[in-house]
Amino acid sequence: MTGARRTTGRRTVRKRTAIAATATNPTREPADGSGAEGTVGPAVEPLRRLPSGWRIIAGKEFADHLQSVRLYVLLIVLGAAALIPLYFASERIRSLAQAASGAQAVFLALFTLGPTDIPFLRVDQFVAIAAPLLGLGFAFDAVNGERHEGTLPRLLSQPIHRDDVINGKFAAGLAAITTVLVSVVAFIAAFGLLRLGIVPAGSEVVRLLGWLVLTILYVALWLAFGTLLSVVIRRAATSALIGFGVWLFVAVPIFGQLIVSLVGTFVAPATGSTQDVLAAAGTQQFLLRLLPSTLYREASLVLLNPSVTAVSTPVSIGQIEQYQQQIPTLFSLDQSLLLVWPHVVALAALTAACFAVAYVQFMRQEIRA
Amino acid sequence: MTTSGSTSRPPAPIITRGLTKRYGDLVAVDSLDLEIRPGEIFGLLGQNGAGKTTTILMLLGLAEKTSGKARVVGFDPARKPLEVKRRVGYLPDSVGFYGAMTGRENLRYTARLNGIPAAEADARIEAVLDQVDMSGRADSKTEEYSRGMLQRLGIADALVKDPEVLILDEPTAAIDPIGVVEILDLLRSLVDERGMTILLSSHLLSQVQSVCDRVGIFAAGKLIGVGTVPELAARFGEPFVRIELVLDGLTGAGDIERARGVLAGVAGVDDVAAPEGPRDPWTLQAMPDAATAVRVAALAAAAREGLPLTSIRELVPSLDDIYRRALRDRGLPGGRAAA
Repeated sequence: MTGARRTTGRRTVRKRTAIAATATNPTREPADGSGAEGTVGPAVEPLRRLPSGWRIIAGKEFADHLQSVRLYVLLIVLGAAALIPLYFASERIRSLAQAASGAQAVFLALFTLGPTDIPFLRVDQFVAIAAPLLGLGFAFDAVNGERHEGTLPRLLSQPIHRDDVINGKFAAGLAAITTVLVSVVAFIAAFGLLRLGIVPAGSEVVRLLGWLVLTILYVALWLAFGTLLSVVIRRAATSALIGFGVWLFVAVPIFGQLIVSLVGTFVAPATGSTQDVLAAAGTQQFLLRLLPSTLYREASLVLLNPSVTAVSTPVSIGQIEQYQQQIPTLFSLDQSLLLVWPHVVALAALTAACFAVAYVQFMRQEIRA
Repeated sequence: MTTSGSTSRPPAPIITRGLTKRYGDLVAVDSLDLEIRPGEIFGLLGQNGAGKTTTILMLLGLAEKTSGKARVVGFDPARKPLEVKRRVGYLPDSVGFYGAMTGRENLRYTARLNGIPAAEADARIEAVLDQVDMSGRADSKTEEYSRGMLQRLGIADALVKDPEVLILDEPTAAIDPIGVVEILDLLRSLVDERGMTILLSSHLLSQVQSVCDRVGIFAAGKLIGVGTVPELAARFGEPFVRIELVLDGLTGAGDIERARGVLAGVAGVDDVAAPEGPRDPWTLQAMPDAATAVRVAALAAAAREGLPLTSIRELVPSLDDIYRRALRDRGLPGGRAAA
């Protein structure tokens, strides 16, 4: 009550001075905006240079990622995805190594070997399944989370460009997934070196780094997809659920193949002659290649295993004959890279497309709902 | 940080000419002409959905205008949003903070985005936290804050960059009555002590009435009246003023009739309304230009006739009344609501 009275009292005083000011200066400038420019700007004391906004946003977001519960959950998921097959791989390497000393790419076998009876139980396969969660996990609420918390208008009212927000967040996500993937791969490599005493050859190290870059690219695609969801979908829970659904059918092989064979059977039924069966197989392969997970899996296999010299299964009689006559051989690194180049380009293009759509949508959106 | 002192007419920090925003067929802001003078608190008042927030977002370059011109601290917010945003502090409607960070950390982030060096930023943050009386809670996570505390922190956040102009969207919403008084006092001191210019929007008209130097009444995207509260009262209010007086302990029917006769006899009084209860005040009606003379004459008459007069004052018209009348004059909805 007393506060209110004080305020009112002060107002009266001010009002009087305002009236006095108007009285001494009755011809107030109509002040069309154009005249004001130049008079106000330079009169202000020189302001310090503004920092680049996306870097500050990326720095804050990266620190958030590193402190988040999410990071530890994802580390555990990815760690388990790597550790379980790693156990089987090391078992088999022990038994194989004694028989075949001097075999090629033993170190990389850590990533590509699994128990003979369960083909999926391999590090590369498990990472292919679990890594997308990393990308989705760091991005699914990037923008709609800010909206929900009411921080977006406040953030955008700072002297930054609007795209600094989405660029900074994407950069932070990229940094976070790189950190996680590098540590997981370093952990597996260290395990191989220390526990099994396998020393990688120079080319193996390069292949491993190549695979790491490929994996980061693949996760970046999911990061871009998650960012897109967070821009387009208003509720973080909904975008998480949609992301999870897409992950299930794209990244998890059983579900993905289910869909592909369903669509494939519809488009090109595998009935009748050998020709038909082969044509159906060709269709299936094409459909599978539409999935980024297939692209990643194929490229990852070629990079990690020098003895893989083809990514396509033969889909004509001629190809089958050719395939059977092939002499088993090992690819050099550059040959392997040549083989996966289209895959890498396709993954990069998909990532860029996802991010571009997210970017454009974000730039167009209203600040408030 | 005041604007140029060399000229006798400092330019208006916020000017709009024909500023318009359309969403399809809906006109959210309809050719708005606004001029906010340096060192004043200007209240943009109107119902929810009147276009206040849209206007503010256009002033900050956060929403694209459809047509018209705007100049904020000398810059076109659509072309030079960064120059505007580094000089203008903004408190959004229902402001939010990063819950996992403390209040202080949130403000540090804002300081970094404004390019304020760390050491300088810490001192500034301490100062603004003290101004909004949040120093004690600045090191708890903001997810533990109440709505009112978030609002205070929001004001501190807008002050971190040491702005020339402060734009506050519903600064008193969700704050308890005592908190409202404190915040309005703070705004007044920012203007008085630091020469800041403040634009605030509110739908709680009577709440911010006391702090605004001038107000603009906003309805359906149009500014239907600008001026001080008395000016608007003269334009949209009743054509007369009311003077309220208390005759303490006057209960007998005869006494009341005598008092009515005395008051009605005062020169300039057009009408006398006797109180309904023994503790209620009397109300006199008079023409605005006679208001002061009527007060003096009523006082003299009461003393002469021995009426137990204990207080007499001119009623300040409520902005709510003015607003409703302004809407009704324009034939806009809301004019008759809740009298």
